Amino acid sequence: MVPISYYLILAAILFSIGVCAFLIKRNVITIFMSIELMLNAVNLTFVAFAHMWNRIEGQIFVFFVMVVAAAEAAVGLAIIIALFRARQTLNVDQVNLMKD
Amino acid sequence: MNDTLLWLIPTLPFAGFLINGTLGRKFPRALVSTVALLATLLPALIVLKLWIFMRSAGAPGELSLIGAPWISISHFQVNFAFAIDHLTLVMLGIVTGVGFLIHVYSVGYMAEEEGYWRFFGYLNLFMFFMLVLVLASSFLLMFVGWEGVGLASYLLIGFYFKRDSAANAGKKAFIVNRIGDFGFLLAMFLIIAHFGSLDFANVFGQANALPSGLTGGFLTAICLLLFVGAAGKSAQIPLYIWLPDAMEGPTPVSALIHAATMVTAGVYMVARCHPLFDRSPFALDVVAIIGCATAFFAATIGMVQHDIKRVLAYSTVSQLGYMFLGCGVAAYEAGIFHLMTHAFFKALLFLAAGSVIHALSGEQDMRNMGGLRKRIPITFYTMTAGVFAIAGVPPFAAFFSKDEILYQTFLRGGALGYTLWVFGLVTAGITSFYMFRLWYKTFFGPPRFDEAALAHGHGAHGDHEEDLAPVYAHRDSHAVMVEEPEHDKGQAAHPHGVHESPATMWIPLAILGVLSFIGGWVGVPLAFGGHNEFEHFLGPVFNPVEHAAGHIAARGPEYILALVSVLAAAIGWYAAHVLYYRKPGTAAALAERFKPLYNLLDHKYWVDEIYGRLIVSPLLMVSRIVLGGLVDGLIVQGTGATLAGSTRGLGWLARRMQSGNIRSYAGWLALGAAIVIAIVLFAVHPASANTLTR
Repeated sequence: MVPISYYLILAAILFSIGVCAFLIKRNVITIFMSIELMLNAVNLTFVAFAHMWNRIEGQIFVFFVMVVAAAEAAVGLAIIIALFRARQTLNVDQVNLMKD
Repeated sequence: MNDTLLWLIPTLPFAGFLINGTLGRKFPRALVSTVALLATLLPALIVLKLWIFMRSAGAPGELSLIGAPWISISHFQVNFAFAIDHLTLVMLGIVTGVGFLIHVYSVGYMAEEEGYWRFFGYLNLFMFFMLVLVLASSFLLMFVGWEGVGLASYLLIGFYFKRDSAANAGKKAFIVNRIGDFGFLLAMFLIIAHFGSLDFANVFGQANALPSGLTGGFLTAICLLLFVGAAGKSAQIPLYIWLPDAMEGPTPVSALIHAATMVTAGVYMVARCHPLFDRSPFALDVVAIIGCATAFFAATIGMVQHDIKRVLAYSTVSQLGYMFLGCGVAAYEAGIFHLMTHAFFKALLFLAAGSVIHALSGEQDMRNMGGLRKRIPITFYTMTAGVFAIAGVPPFAAFFSKDEILYQTFLRGGALGYTLWVFGLVTAGITSFYMFRLWYKTFFGPPRFDEAALAHGHGAHGDHEEDLAPVYAHRDSHAVMVEEPEHDKGQAAHPHGVHESPATMWIPLAILGVLSFIGGWVGVPLAFGGHNEFEHFLGPVFNPVEHAAGHIAARGPEYILALVSVLAAAIGWYAAHVLYYRKPGTAAALAERFKPLYNLLDHKYWVDEIYGRLIVSPLLMVSRIVLGGLVDGLIVQGTGATLAGSTRGLGWLARRMQSGNIRSYAGWLALGAAIVIAIVLFAVHPASANTLTR
């Protein structure tokens, strides 16, 4: 039996990697992937706790998260394509029209 | 007598003030003057009716009107209450009668001024407070009127507020009056402490009931403090300096407030408080000495002034000194008598001077006048009545009133009485001199004004060619009442040269001229075959006990004394006649000959300068360094600056976070989340932290 803390530590590591990547990377697609990574780290936590407490709700939540993530991916990728067509770049630092 | 009618006496002018003050800006001028005139005419008529009622047989000596209770603290109570006795009646007659005439005059004088409605609003406000002052039946309500007339005086002196000198004169009057008011306040506190009441009847009743051996002590303190208040309001040494500067106001204001009514409030107050003063011989002596000294000093200054209104201003100070001299020798009737005749002839003189100024389109310097006798005959004849009256030529008004004061001073006897009498007599001579000087310089001799320039009519009365640009600095304080600044230039130009005044101006002059002539006849003393009606009329107020007996004076000295004072007046007249009519050059030669003396007088004994050095500059220095530098600069502004600085610093820090960079927002978000988690783990649920690490 693998102790629960292993799952949690793994989830924390994944989440942290996601955060760091989100903060460091400039490519929109990479940022998008890091968000997915964070979501999956959370999913892993949900599943781990659901297994620990023998409850079904955690697993149901994972499905919800997956559905939302899929929808988000669809919209997000569409935006990225539109962005690329408009600006010929995927670097977020150059997409700052609203800031200036 | 109907109580409601009596309440209307002060209420109507106040209503006039409210109407003109709030709506007057939109009114046509005719409506403004109608409101203002009605608001003073009706009280005058009511006073007339009251007068007839009080004179009728069987009328009570005193009426009292109790309004609402005002202050009520355990045993101490003050009401909004009025009391009318014969003294009040005399004052009411002067205030409403002369006040109404001056209102009529103002309609003509101010016809072309900007701020017409504002002027009449202020005048009505003044009338209201003055009537409250004389009607009040307690010290506190009197103080309300006292302060109110000060306010109205301030507003009217500074009527041409765009001129710095006028604004400053208004401030000076107000501030000097504050000093006097402070004395009045302290006197009221002492009265509360010793008598437990501020009601006139109560306080004077207690004072009269004090054992007759008791004189002086706290009563002297009260009287002297009251006199400080009176000296401030009535321009006596050492607080007289504001009155000459008050001439910056329009001339009708000088006539109404600074000659006939407000400045006599101090005399009225001393007379009203006579039960207190009677008990304090020392205070009475102080009043007499200050009065006499003021009369003398102001008269000497008046001899060398060139501005026609300033001569009259110093003359007013001097005549007020006479009134105090009368009160100071316990001849209150004589003081009030002179107050009344002075109200007639000094209002007349000021209004006539205003008419001269009007005729010359704003010229006030007597060196630029002369030869006006034929040009403005009505003004000349009315002013002549005023000059003869003030000089004490029989049978004009002031002959009787001034003589009564001098006679009473002489009767007082003792070294002090005779000294005061001599000074009073000399002052009478000087008065005659400077008034005839004014008369000759204005109306006789060759014209010294520039006829051609007048015909073009530039100039404005009460308004020299002063720069109008810096006036905007004063606008804030007058934000409510301010006029359109572009064309407020005092009296508008007259397209013609020297001209007689319109009927609205000369009719009041004529009435006052007649009053200056016959006004003294109500007080013809027994020695001259009269009955001294005036003294008997006021008798019940001032000496209720002796009144029945009446006092019989020796006739011999009164004749001689009257003769002597007429002689003094004649000498003054003759001197003026020689110096300013027969040999016009001699005056300048004399001035050259006695240059130090002339300079001393010309600079008004350097009193303004001395006050400036001794009081104003140190005060300003303390204000600048301690209050301005330390308190305002360090504490007030320092606190403000610190607060503002720290707010700005925090804002700068907070602004750093709002960089507009998405990743930095994400970074802050992550940091915040991490902090929240840390707090939850280690601070809120330490136990769970243990579980985790286990």
